Amino acid sequence: MTKNLLSSAVFAGLIAGLIAALLQFVFVIPLLLEGELYESGQRVHFLVDGMTQSEKGGPGLGNEWGRHLMTVAFNVVTYTGYGLLLVAAMGFARERTGLQITVQNGLIWGLCGFIAVQLAPAMGLPPELPGTPAAEVAPRQVWWIGTILATAIGLALIAFGRGVLVHAVALLLILMPHLFGAPHLDTYFGIAPPELSAEFATISLGVAAVGWCLLGYFSAYFLARGED
Amino acid sequence: MTTQTASFAAAKTHGLAFILAMTVGVALLTVSGMAQATVLHDAAHDQRHAMAFPCH
Repeated sequence: MTKNLLSSAVFAGLIAGLIAALLQFVFVIPLLLEGELYESGQRVHFLVDGMTQSEKGGPGLGNEWGRHLMTVAFNVVTYTGYGLLLVAAMGFARERTGLQITVQNGLIWGLCGFIAVQLAPAMGLPPELPGTPAAEVAPRQVWWIGTILATAIGLALIAFGRGVLVHAVALLLILMPHLFGAPHLDTYFGIAPPELSAEFATISLGVAAVGWCLLGYFSAYFLARGED
Repeated sequence: MTTQTASFAAAKTHGLAFILAMTVGVALLTVSGMAQATVLHDAAHDQRHAMAFPCH
């Protein structure tokens, strides 16, 4: 059981992490590198000759292979970490409720992971381009972790809990972090163009959604296979 | 009786397996997403932004 849990998470994390990294290099990293031009002041938005326009286009991936290799490696570490939490939850649900884990419901597990870990926190703390000034990192991490826990517990109560009251509590739990509000600064800085920030936020969420679907699918696949 | 003891023992082992998986998972995520040590932060930087961890 222990071996099956760990190996399922490692295999699923490796597949999801590698594919997510590949998608990030196509869709996300170019925007991130473009954002760094504004972070470093190589490009300035809204200040060029009194014009509101600024030049568009990223610098390309360049030849920083060491840096990009680290991005691949840490994607695998992150997806394996999330994979371990996911297989533990799948295994626990299977033991307690008798639910069979299949690749079909694995996809739903993955989507719920995406909602809890990416989408819900992004409602308060949008994925940030490098150089976006933000509140202190510690309170943001606390709100981020709290939102993930509240959303995950809420979703689990909706999936496995019975009764209107339990489901109402679950919805309240999911809503709570947003009513409380994420830590934000009192002013806007707008160092990077808003179009670039918005595109970065939505495309990184989209890529993370693909990563989580893969993670759920393959976690379930290896978990079910290991039990045969 | 024997069966019952065996299933209790199995449930206990499974419980430990879940706790172990979650502990290792949280440890990996701390390294890849949360730890603020400069070396880790710089190496994981692009991935942290791409995965929307609260970075620096």
